[in-house]
Amino acid sequence: MPSYILKRLLSMIPVLFGLSVIVFLVMAMIPGDPAIAILGAYATPENVARINSDLGLDKPLVQQYFIWIGNVLQGDFGRSFALNRPVLDEVLERFRATLVLAGVALVLCSVIGLVAGVVSAVRQFGWVDKVITFVVLAGISVPSFWLGLILILLFAVKWRLLPASGMYAVYGGGDLKDLLLHLILPAFTLAVVAAGVIARLTRAAMLEVLRQDFIRTARAKGLPERSVIYRHAFRAALVSVIPVIGIQAGFVLGGAVYIETVFQWPGVGAMLVKAISTRDILLVQGGVLVVAGSYVFFNLIADVVQTMLDPRIRT
Amino acid sequence: MKRLFQRAAVAAAFALVGFTAAAQTPPNVLIVGQIAEPQSLDPHAVTATNDFRILVNLYDGLVRYKDGTLEVEPALAESWTISDDGKTYTFKLREGVTFHDGSAFDATAVKFNFDRMLKEDHPFHDTGPFPLSFNFASIDAVNVIDDNTVEFQLKEAFAPFLSNLAYPTGLIVSPAAVEEHGQEFGRHPSGTGPFKFAEWQSNQLVAAERNEDYWDGAPALEAVVFRPITDSNTRVAEMLAGGIDVMVEVPPDNLASFKSDANFSVTEQAGPHVWFSILNTKEGPFADKRVRQAANYAVNKETLVNDVLQGTATVAAGPIPPAFNWVESSVEPYPYDPEKAKALLAEAGVENPELTFYVTEGGSGMLNPVVMGAAIQADLQAVGFDVSIESYEWNTFLGRVNAGLEGQADMAEMAWMTNDPDTVPYLTLRTDAQPENGGFNSGYYSNPEVDKLLDQARTSTDQAERGRLYGDVQQIVHDDAPWLFVANWKQNAVTTAAVQGFKLQPSFLLHLKDVSK
Repeated sequence: MPSYILKRLLSMIPVLFGLSVIVFLVMAMIPGDPAIAILGAYATPENVARINSDLGLDKPLVQQYFIWIGNVLQGDFGRSFALNRPVLDEVLERFRATLVLAGVALVLCSVIGLVAGVVSAVRQFGWVDKVITFVVLAGISVPSFWLGLILILLFAVKWRLLPASGMYAVYGGGDLKDLLLHLILPAFTLAVVAAGVIARLTRAAMLEVLRQDFIRTARAKGLPERSVIYRHAFRAALVSVIPVIGIQAGFVLGGAVYIETVFQWPGVGAMLVKAISTRDILLVQGGVLVVAGSYVFFNLIADVVQTMLDPRIRT
Repeated sequence: MKRLFQRAAVAAAFALVGFTAAAQTPPNVLIVGQIAEPQSLDPHAVTATNDFRILVNLYDGLVRYKDGTLEVEPALAESWTISDDGKTYTFKLREGVTFHDGSAFDATAVKFNFDRMLKEDHPFHDTGPFPLSFNFASIDAVNVIDDNTVEFQLKEAFAPFLSNLAYPTGLIVSPAAVEEHGQEFGRHPSGTGPFKFAEWQSNQLVAAERNEDYWDGAPALEAVVFRPITDSNTRVAEMLAGGIDVMVEVPPDNLASFKSDANFSVTEQAGPHVWFSILNTKEGPFADKRVRQAANYAVNKETLVNDVLQGTATVAAGPIPPAFNWVESSVEPYPYDPEKAKALLAEAGVENPELTFYVTEGGSGMLNPVVMGAAIQADLQAVGFDVSIESYEWNTFLGRVNAGLEGQADMAEMAWMTNDPDTVPYLTLRTDAQPENGGFNSGYYSNPEVDKLLDQARTSTDQAERGRLYGDVQQIVHDDAPWLFVANWKQNAVTTAAVQGFKLQPSFLLHLKDVSK
């Protein structure tokens, strides 16, 4: 197992390297440059040239890339043009916030999704199944930013139960309780769509497993139905659901972009959107590498868990 | 791990049960909902109005705009004299002022500020870039006469100089803080302003506390907190939920409901902003003045400002916004007259001229550019123009438009905000400001008389004479119609009823010293 994990970790390197080249090229190809973004209406060719030379952007593209990658290998991700601060400071600060939000949302959507999936499979075609299927479908179909806004209007504006936006209260906050209060709405909104996908998949996997011989055997042995479903069927179904949860981790990280904007969550998604529109190439690079790295990492964890659950894959 | 989980579970349960109103702002602290996180709190390094709103509360300039006007009054400088040739400005500095970090404000500090921006060999020039430093490009040298006297030598007479000093790019930063923090100064700002910087949490808030020793009297508020809330719907929701006390740039759609609610108070203020479409006077149908005038008659500006912008703007008459009330001009906007437009087109001998119209999807000061573009297109089509719209994302758009419209388009949306009537015409309407000379005259307008008037107005130090000269510019440019003149934006803000003394300034700056809650 350790050698498998090591191999997977090593395979991340070319992925991230390739990604950095692609991001660099794409950012170089889209029209407009950081100097125009900084200067706005004042972007005369003369001013643009002055700012570009201050930023080191007058050098050839290939040279710029190698300067950047050389610095990254020494742990220096450069400075953001727009924010005028080290990229690493900004990205790590933002990424912490994204991890909190995405992590809670992932746990939430896994629990909701698995429970809903199992229950609706066990009660196939019953009214519980129909209700769950309907809710799940609605959850998948609702645009998340819209759902977020509706929740803000209900819980923050109408009933005044929860804060409308942000991560901590401006005054007197900063503790765990404060964080949780601010987390409820965005984490729930983010979890809804992913939960729907997991629920549908769990239902299908459970139905498939429940039709198999070993379940019939277990029932024939006289095992209690609870034990049949949770100890045997659920465990077997989990093998095919786990990789999807891994993929949902990526969705939750990426989908956080809208949610972060609507809830003004200080995460990496909202940062990336702004960085792209201001052509802040080094910040985009830093943000993308961190998000992609964690995506690959979550998938690795999902694979490892799957291997542990399913003896057939272990070799 | 288990303990952590238990604590989390307990806290969650406690949170769900034991609480009432979530968002209540604390007394005597003003929470301002901003449209974005500031780029930096170094006033010389930023360009956005959003950032200026914070900066003018942390820093002072040598001069500032008098309350409610765009006229200049003393601030860190108590008085000044201008030499007869308009090239030497001597400022007498206020004594006994210290920066928030404790260092003294004096003539050496003033010199440091301008040298850092303008001199490439200055040891702290690398703490930039300083995108708007060209506002001070006319400075030849800054000389320290004594501790409290500083002299600016200009290369040539330049009338907007004082006004540029009052603009946020002229705010004075603490040299000691720049020396200590270097490139990180923008995150550790220190000035002389009514509020002292306290903390900056990335994308969450910038907080500043009352400066008890402020030379112009300590502010009433204990602290101000600026919260970036980029999504305008969320900003409105946060205002309704009581999480913020002030919100700027209210979407036009929400303005009416705030106005009719006694819990809120709406403030509006016209500013030096102009929204227009550049017309390509070099080639195509708009090379003919009559066709340009026809376009101005064809578009129903009243509908645009009242329906599309829902009353958040007024109709523009020419290139100089009415906020510069000392400019002597009686020019009225082109009336909406489609028949006259058709007659002018017939006179020019063009029946169905084809036009390419560049529209942007958003951008600083652009209001609602997509809908505005579509409405303008519809009005132009109604009198016989055949308009096709090409729309671009803001930075791409600027890249195309600033390069000049020749060979690309016949018209393009644009908007400017400025601090002096010189800036916009000088940068966008002079013959020498055409794109190949590094200016913004993307429509290639050229009128030697306008060129002459602008040169005169920028070197004259007599305000009344300048007012007359810009009035002439307004009249001639209105008649020549190198632009489709559309709107002058009124900025707006909403406060809770508890907020007292809140004012918007024509400069678009936000002074919070005299606000209380």
